[in-house]
Amino acid sequence: MFERCRAEGRTAFMPYVTAGYPGASETVPLLLALEAGGADAIELGVPFSDPMADGATIQHANYVAVEQGVSLADCLGFVREARARGLEAPVILMGYYNPILAYGEERAPRDAAAAGADGFIVVDLPPEEAGSFLAACRGADMSFVPLVAPTTTGARVEKLAAAADAFLYCVSVLGTTGQRSELPPELPEFIARVREHTNLPLAVGFGVSTREHVEAVGRIADAAVIGSAIIAAIDAADEAHRAQRVRELVESVTGH
Amino acid sequence: MSAEARLSPRFGEFGGRYVPETLVGAHEELEEAYDAARGDPAFQDELDHLLKHYVGRPTPLYEAAQLTRECGGARIWIKREDLAHTGAHKINNAIGQALLAKRLGKPRIIAETGAGQHGVATATVCAMLGLECAVYMGSEDIRRQSLNVFRMKMLGATVVPVESGSRTLKDAINEAMRDWVTNVRTTHYLIGSAIGPHPFPTIVRDFQSVIGREARQQMLEQAGRLPDVAIACVGGGSNAIGLFHPFVDDPVRLIGVEAAGEGVGTGRHSATLVAGRPGVLHGTRTYLLQDANGQILETHSISAGLDYPGVGPEHSWLKTSERAEYVAVDDQQALEGFKALTRAEGIIPALEPSHAIYHALKVARTLGPGQDLLIGLSGRGDKDMHTVAAALGVTL
Repeated sequence: MFERCRAEGRTAFMPYVTAGYPGASETVPLLLALEAGGADAIELGVPFSDPMADGATIQHANYVAVEQGVSLADCLGFVREARARGLEAPVILMGYYNPILAYGEERAPRDAAAAGADGFIVVDLPPEEAGSFLAACRGADMSFVPLVAPTTTGARVEKLAAAADAFLYCVSVLGTTGQRSELPPELPEFIARVREHTNLPLAVGFGVSTREHVEAVGRIADAAVIGSAIIAAIDAADEAHRAQRVRELVESVTGH
Repeated sequence: MSAEARLSPRFGEFGGRYVPETLVGAHEELEEAYDAARGDPAFQDELDHLLKHYVGRPTPLYEAAQLTRECGGARIWIKREDLAHTGAHKINNAIGQALLAKRLGKPRIIAETGAGQHGVATATVCAMLGLECAVYMGSEDIRRQSLNVFRMKMLGATVVPVESGSRTLKDAINEAMRDWVTNVRTTHYLIGSAIGPHPFPTIVRDFQSVIGREARQQMLEQAGRLPDVAIACVGGGSNAIGLFHPFVDDPVRLIGVEAAGEGVGTGRHSATLVAGRPGVLHGTRTYLLQDANGQILETHSISAGLDYPGVGPEHSWLKTSERAEYVAVDDQQALEGFKALTRAEGIIPALEPSHAIYHALKVARTLGPGQDLLIGLSGRGDKDMHTVAAALGVTL
């Protein structure tokens, strides 16, 4: 995916959506709409009751999904159904460790691969604690995507890169997920510092929400992630028009 | 190298550091600073000086003669953390960590609080040391602990209401974590219980172990022997681990008392070790109250300080290694414990240790004369008067 985008001279675009938000029946149509709008890969949020790294928008989406009982097993069901309906973009499951533990950390990567997912981003699982889950991911041919933060040292970037196989997810700011009007001015320097220590593709997320942000990210990194802005677009539309509205947002951001 | 010379991140299979990448550096830095501080005589001297002259340590060990007579069993001893400055054991840890924050050069402190005791202790220490202080508190807890909220404000702290989730302690911790992720370069997160990512459970346990060290020495001096049983309440478990830890290698039965709320069978309780199973929350692997999908359950207890769906990882280890036992006492029983100590001894306990008192009286009756039972009285009950009055149907 990264090679293809690079060959086409553009930034890969990876939108995020919380599974089961606003309702379980809407996730598959939303996944298809994200791809139709131009998503190169999709982050599917696995709901958790205590999303401590998320800002208000994604917190709320998590609570709504948890209230409806949407589980990791349901998330795998959404991926399976979306694949059956033609979804081709890679899907990375993003969330927190405890629902994976409850599902079974041996079983989760295997079942996720069988459902058609491609990787995991686990916000509260640094590689030091990921031994058994990382091994299970490798065994199931699922990517394990570590996060890199502005507070990450150069030496540690190399350690994180060693645990990664597909790409690194760079957290653009000190803070939680959520829309911000400007990208942080230190972002180019941060990404350059990460670049010194790895040749892996770099995705940038947290606080990325507009076409201008995506273009700016594209000048320094390989992929841009938008999350809260997608959730906000879902919130702004009524049920009949949500998928269409999300597709339009992705089109406007990717310039399709 | 002795086992004490290095900080171990785990207690058996429990503990660890499950944190977002942004916070990894801050935890490493804290671990190094604490490791250096605990070997630094100047740090220990400053801490000891403040514990003596500011907190009022050592706190007394009180022989509860009337309760002992009423039970007709073991002699009952009470470790009086209610007499520490600010009225609870929380100050022991707040002072220690605030001194660490100064060592780290961090001028801003954030904390979470349930009952408000840790928030008050933190706000107090910040006032004394000239540190900026913000306390996250669930709006439900703000409602039931308004006196402590006012105390924190008077002490110069900002109290931030948390409206997410169940609006109690766990949500306050989530929100404090979000603040810390945002302001990590200038801010120390002063966690109030022996929970959270490594090295917090170790740091908090070490600062609270002053309770057990004093009690052990006082038992030897006043009773002429060690207790047969030591009992403390467990929410996150900081007062219990502080009491238990110095007795771990002694032949002393250790009993932690959790909150059974309206009953463990009702689902409205906070009895994590009694009714939960292991998972990962707030950066540590420990027992949790969770559903089959790994979602954290809402908890209930009459005492805000025990209203937490996790527990310190060292308690999980003490449970699975069978070094300590854990039981649960419900809201009504805690009120009975509250009344028993108040009437018999003229000591009004907080609702949290009232759980331990209830169970201790039960255990004391099963022990013979000549045996000794030690209760950790973690805090005083002034803050709970409204709750107790409401529970007894009295309008103040």
